[in-house]
Amino acid sequence: MNYTVLITPESKDLIQQHLELGYPNEACGFLLGEDHGESRTIQEVIAVPNVQKGDQKRRFAIAPLDYIQAERIALEKGLQLLGIYHSHPNHPALPSIHDLQQALPFFSYFIWSVQDRHATKLTSWRLNEQLQEFEEEKILVLTYSI
Amino acid sequence: MAQIIIPTPLRKFTNNQAKIDSNKNTVQAAIEDLAKQYPNFQKHLLDEAGQIHPFIKIFVGEDDILDLDKEQTTLENNTIVSIIPAIAGGSYNYYNLLK
Repeated sequence: MNYTVLITPESKDLIQQHLELGYPNEACGFLLGEDHGESRTIQEVIAVPNVQKGDQKRRFAIAPLDYIQAERIALEKGLQLLGIYHSHPNHPALPSIHDLQQALPFFSYFIWSVQDRHATKLTSWRLNEQLQEFEEEKILVLTYSI
Repeated sequence: MAQIIIPTPLRKFTNNQAKIDSNKNTVQAAIEDLAKQYPNFQKHLLDEAGQIHPFIKIFVGEDDILDLDKEQTTLENNTIVSIIPAIAGGSYNYYNLLK
């Protein structure tokens, strides 16, 4: 399946700012928007704390109550919870085995490499139909706001 | 009736239902019943031993069942049960994307 993720420029900028501020630790948050089947549009993002105990430079975790809150906000705004974003400080924008093990169906996983506090390459990944492998999604930045 | 909230990424296993009513009296019974109703959901809810999957958190209201009576936490009328997938990852140990 060839999936495409559209994102508003504001949402992309907010993610970038959050991930650069979080450097050298991994930072993370939620992606909200509308799903259209083979394409989806990210319209809002929610930044949340990385609550991973231990090495936050190489791991992230999101608190269950932040997850519940994100679902509520999506519902209130008439949007869907579409995925997660997180940074890979000083590492490539590729999913790790740990990312794969924890991945959920349907969600888009944005991974943004951050090198020396500068966000460089952004990629997006989704589990395939068999829920065994990641497939890369195409990201298109809208030239207008929604 | 308690109400079970299904997380967005797992709704494909419940015919896209976000909320499902349950007349069971405990969390364990409600989750087992859910797995029975939606067999494709089972592997995301229960491990091979039939216990609640370690990648899933169950909250009753705002409380983790691990801080209550765990799987035997009782459900009352209008109790809201949230199934919460573990959200985590990391930036090392890359797997082979080219296979």
